[in-house]
Amino acid sequence: MSADRDEDTSEERARPAVEERGTSNLMRPAIENEGTTNTMSSLTTQAVESLPGALRKADPRHLVRQPVLFVVWISAVLTTVLACIHPSWFSFLVAIWLWATILFANLAESVAEGRGKAQADTLRKTRATATARRITYGGGEEEVPAAELKLDDRVVVEAGQVIPGDGDVVEGIATVDESAITGESAPVVREAGGDRCAVTGGTTVLSDRIVVRITARPGETFIDRMISLVEGAERQKTPNEIALGILLTVLTIIFLLAVATIPSLAGWNGPKPSVLVLVALLVCLIPTTIGALLSAIGIAGMDRLVQRNVLAMSGRAVEAAGDVSTLLLDKTGTITLGNRQAADIIVVGDGEASEVHRLAHLSSLADETPEGRSIVDWTADRLGTHHDSPSGATVVPFTAQTRMSGVDLPDGTQLRKGAAGSVCRLVRESGGAGADEAMAIADRVSADGGTPLVVSVGCEGGATDAVGVIHLKDVIKPGMVERFAQLRRMGIRTVMITGDNPLTAKAIADEAGVDDFLAEATPEDKMRLIRTEQEGGRLVAMTGDGTNDAPALAQADVGVAMNTGTSAAKEAGNMVDLDSDPTKLIDIVGIGKQLLITRGALTTFSIANDLAKYFAIIPAMFVAIYPGLDSLNIMRLHSSNSAILSAVIFNALIIVALIPLSLKGVRYRPLRADQMLARNILIYGLGGVIAPFIGIKIIDLIVQFLPGM
Amino acid sequence: MSEQVSGLLTIGVLVLALAAVHVPLGDYLARVFTSDRDLAVERAFYRLCGVDPRSSQRWSRYAVSVGAFTVVSLVFLGALLMMQQHLPLARGASMDWHTAVNTSISFVTNTNWQSYAGESGASALVQTLGLAVQNFVSAAVGIAVAIALIRGLAARHTGTIGNFWVDLTRAVVRVLLPIAFVGAVVLLAGGVIQDLSAPQTISTITGGHQTIESGLVASQEAIKELGTNGGGYFNANSAHPFENPNAFTNLVEIFLILVIPFSLPRTYGRLVGDKRQGLAVVGFMAFLWTAMLVVITWAEQAASTSPTGAMEGKEVRLGVWASALFANSTTATSTGAVDSMHESYSPIGGGGALTNMLLGEITPGGVGSGLYGALVVAILAVFIAGLMVGRTPEILGKQVGRKEITYAALYTIVTPALVLVGTAAALVVSKAKAGMLATGPHGLSEMLYAYASASNNNGSAFAGLTADQPYLNLTLGACMLIGRFLPMFLVLALAGAFAAQHQRPTTEGTMPTHTPLFSGLMVGVALLVTGLTFLPALALGPLAEALS
Amino acid sequence: MTTSSLTIGRQTLAALRIFLVLTVLVGVLYPAAVWGVGRVAFHDQATGSQVSVDGKVVGSSLLGQQWKGAQWFHGRDSASEYAGDVSGGSNLPATDKRQQDAVAAREKALAPLGGNPPPDALTMSASGLDPHISPAYARLQAPAVAKARGLQLAQVQRLIDDATKGRVAGFLGDERVNVLQLNLALQQLSGTK
Repeated sequence: MSADRDEDTSEERARPAVEERGTSNLMRPAIENEGTTNTMSSLTTQAVESLPGALRKADPRHLVRQPVLFVVWISAVLTTVLACIHPSWFSFLVAIWLWATILFANLAESVAEGRGKAQADTLRKTRATATARRITYGGGEEEVPAAELKLDDRVVVEAGQVIPGDGDVVEGIATVDESAITGESAPVVREAGGDRCAVTGGTTVLSDRIVVRITARPGETFIDRMISLVEGAERQKTPNEIALGILLTVLTIIFLLAVATIPSLAGWNGPKPSVLVLVALLVCLIPTTIGALLSAIGIAGMDRLVQRNVLAMSGRAVEAAGDVSTLLLDKTGTITLGNRQAADIIVVGDGEASEVHRLAHLSSLADETPEGRSIVDWTADRLGTHHDSPSGATVVPFTAQTRMSGVDLPDGTQLRKGAAGSVCRLVRESGGAGADEAMAIADRVSADGGTPLVVSVGCEGGATDAVGVIHLKDVIKPGMVERFAQLRRMGIRTVMITGDNPLTAKAIADEAGVDDFLAEATPEDKMRLIRTEQEGGRLVAMTGDGTNDAPALAQADVGVAMNTGTSAAKEAGNMVDLDSDPTKLIDIVGIGKQLLITRGALTTFSIANDLAKYFAIIPAMFVAIYPGLDSLNIMRLHSSNSAILSAVIFNALIIVALIPLSLKGVRYRPLRADQMLARNILIYGLGGVIAPFIGIKIIDLIVQFLPGM
Repeated sequence: MSEQVSGLLTIGVLVLALAAVHVPLGDYLARVFTSDRDLAVERAFYRLCGVDPRSSQRWSRYAVSVGAFTVVSLVFLGALLMMQQHLPLARGASMDWHTAVNTSISFVTNTNWQSYAGESGASALVQTLGLAVQNFVSAAVGIAVAIALIRGLAARHTGTIGNFWVDLTRAVVRVLLPIAFVGAVVLLAGGVIQDLSAPQTISTITGGHQTIESGLVASQEAIKELGTNGGGYFNANSAHPFENPNAFTNLVEIFLILVIPFSLPRTYGRLVGDKRQGLAVVGFMAFLWTAMLVVITWAEQAASTSPTGAMEGKEVRLGVWASALFANSTTATSTGAVDSMHESYSPIGGGGALTNMLLGEITPGGVGSGLYGALVVAILAVFIAGLMVGRTPEILGKQVGRKEITYAALYTIVTPALVLVGTAAALVVSKAKAGMLATGPHGLSEMLYAYASASNNNGSAFAGLTADQPYLNLTLGACMLIGRFLPMFLVLALAGAFAAQHQRPTTEGTMPTHTPLFSGLMVGVALLVTGLTFLPALALGPLAEALS
Repeated sequence: MTTSSLTIGRQTLAALRIFLVLTVLVGVLYPAAVWGVGRVAFHDQATGSQVSVDGKVVGSSLLGQQWKGAQWFHGRDSASEYAGDVSGGSNLPATDKRQQDAVAAREKALAPLGGNPPPDALTMSASGLDPHISPAYARLQAPAVAKARGLQLAQVQRLIDDATKGRVAGFLGDERVNVLQLNLALQQLSGTK
């Protein structure tokens, strides 16, 4: 199955991010890990398991919401009654296969829902029926069942306890095991205030004690919502699904008219075809294939997101993802690796390079930031050795006021490293040398998109000289350049969001190959950008995690909140990424497109199928009146009865044959729209015309041996 | 010169003329409907009629205007027809009430189905003051609605789609009237009569008598073809030598039939700011027009090699090829004028004419109605195929959502429903069956043709059917009325829905609607929808006749 | 008054006014102008391309006539026998028994002329007023006409050749013979003989 390969490649795309975080995807249920070889057999297993559910769905009260299937149901009832009144092998066979059509149609939906149910069960196990320790007005604690918690209640959770509900940490700091919902085994830190205050009910505190303010009513917690989402219990039809449903209903009405008028048209000059044959023709003509698979396609689309650890709050969001034409991507973590790295050290004045490297090395030894470590590593490479911090050295930590850090060595030498402006001011004030040159180099580095750090050396009371400029560089994540080119081919504009200055931003934007950038971005800027894009008719997708991202997340057409983010962000977005991997936005767009493509392809296929069915049934139906019409029997089917039955059987079996495709989705390739259109029309349009001619002929070759044919 | 070479040359000249004219005419139409300036005569009109030409209407008000104008037209024409025997120039012409109802609906809906005979049924006054006026204004209404739909597609979140009164006036004054005048003079020079004196009875040299008819025919003939109306001054329509004296006037008439329908896609391309969009639509129209021309000509040519030939119901001066060309053009548009009797065509030839109408008359279709019909096909094509590129379907940056697909789908279903239900009902009503000439599968074709013609506002007939009886007059009248205005209002609603939308920018991810592939897709959708709806009926009619 | 303030009644009023104004324009002024052009420039065509003999109108070159007797060339069969005040064809398809019978009857009637009658001889026209026949049909009739009038076949055939009109502009339509004009020429030839 071609779709499998797509699954594999997209998994590869997602992999770097996953590995970086060291996650194991517990959320991906057993079905996902089965590989390509046994897909079909496991689908068969699922189908068998889903049979009872499919049978239950044959209830007309369920079917009435799907006009196409409801017509099939009425047809099946009618043929059954007719078969009982005028029993014949033919009438019973037609009746049986019409019931089979309904069963197969429901099977598709059941199988799709079954996959979700498996995931829901995993989640349900983690939903503890815990008790909560609520803080009373008096300041004491009381034990209450978690289900009785109200909004704004404060509860105490200590190491080893399960957090009873969604909320924000208002007191304390703790490590929390969130593997229940994210599958990540590594604990995360949650603390009061800031963007890491949100905790989810059902997760476990591993250390320390926190006080949590409850922000969700019981039954409406994140886990509850996840369960109902993956189960499809609250599944509402998406706008596009509704629109397609309308088209299918109207087509059904047209075919109803076309078939209902046949008795009069044929009766004008000869015998009328039997009701049984007319009913069979009707069922073959109405778009049963897509009608049967429509909801399965929708459920499977959501499911594919869940398998990538993304929860969409509505099917609408998944559809919108396919339509996205502008992606707002945060620079850090999405486009570049999370931190800058030393790429070069430029000597100021006429000093020895190795001496400058040594000084830079020493100055960074105590700097535990990733940037600092990258300087130590880079210089160590150049020096060939790794120095240790000299004993007796005093570490001067970075402060927001000085904007520099360094060490004071025991011999009185003071090494400083920091923002160019600050260090050069220090140099000038002390009467030292090299400030101007260092500034000039720093400007050059900035212009190249790098971040300059100036290293100075001096002594207590004496002049401080600037000796070198460290060039820190953003490192573009591997593969990103190709992906942006791919996105451009798909017609999607990428905008990089960064807090850097415009010069730096431009350099990185150019290197990464994004279409545009927003430098020195504030939340308000982001919001403005989204509004402008939307006024131009573009759909915008973005990721965010902070509380100040919330308005933009809400405004964006697709807002993906990181699971590590605040509950405000999660509320505002319409998707949550449990892996908190901003790169995944690109996968989400692909999944959205895949959903729409699958729907369109199967609709086209379904309608194109009708041509062959006409060629099977019309000669069979009218040959008694006009023997000349036998020349329309281009498939040379055995007899009238076998032709009609073969068409009915094909109509039922094609649903089963297409269930795997509707669940896996049509393979999505990042092609230009016109290429993709030509390709899909060829496969599903032309293929849809040809396939049933072959299928019906083959079935006829078998069916002709049945009694009554 | 063989008949084939002559026929191919005729087609070649016609196609060249259309290809040459559609660009400047399409551009001219675009200017007419976007210009800010009114002609002096138009300003006088607007003052006289109390219309503010600068106000733009929402779709609902536009529809109310169309409706009001229609009601006035129906009442006026109906009254004129009912009272004609009391008015000047009557010469004995009178009409039954049900015929008058049918006729007034027929001309107001641009159908021009005639259950009366022109010579005896309608006076010269009624023909000129009633019927010819509707030839102009019904065509202008069609153009106006098509322009309104284009405006909706091109609008940027405005919600309004233009002013009906201005569109109507400009369509008449700046488009139809000047072209019709030139056309009328050319036809006049070719031999079409334009005379108000009474018909003359003369003695022939063998001592027999013959009536030489009179009438203001040239002026009516030109607009009859130009406005894709098709109601003949005489019963034999464009087969009558006074309406269509020779092969030259025949070609002029075919040209007039096709010129506006084939130019409007260019106007569409202009107004939406991308000429290629118009080219794709005209490509779709031209492909099917050509394909059906091949079918009909081939069928008639094949029949003409039989001992009796294909000359029954055809004129010697026109011959088989030119007749087939006329038949294809008149049924592919909403014209319905005939220069040969379609009922006498071979099964496939007549079935081809029938199929043209069942396609919804969109190849190129009636003035205006052809374009908006084709655009609905484009919307359906966009909806189904658009999903296959992984986006919510959109046409020219406008989403085809729930509202839009509802209107488009209902549009698609209206005429097939009328045709199928109308035909099926008539075939079991003994009064209707009494009017039929033909038997067997051809009888079914005859009735199917009548309802297809009425519901799609064509007006041509398998004329063996005696339709001047209450049942057929009234049911066909209902089909014409519903078949014209329900789709038209749906188109206006569609225009309104599009006009209210923002326009999305075109990107690499947008499904292109300007390519040959898209034209092909439209062909596929049109054929598939029509085929799936009417295959049983066509199998029982033309196909059964052809294959027996 | 803006359009948006118009009620449906006001719209109807506007419709009525505009309808009347347009009626005057395209229902009175336009046909009158075309009529005027006809009076001035195309009087002959505008009044029906009448054919006169000795100042007396004997027909129209555009309308066929009913011819009886062997001394005349005959036109095609007409559903209305060329009365002129009605027009139309048989509307019968080739598959219809009645049509097959009618064709057989015509074949039988033309049998004495010998040869294969061309299609236009066996069928009716669309208008019932077709003024033309094919040259083949005229030549088929020539021997009988010549015999009835006591003319030489060559003379009659020359008349046919003279009366045969080629395609318009060399390619439009079919070659044809106008029966009225042929018969007038025939009468003239007979008269001058």
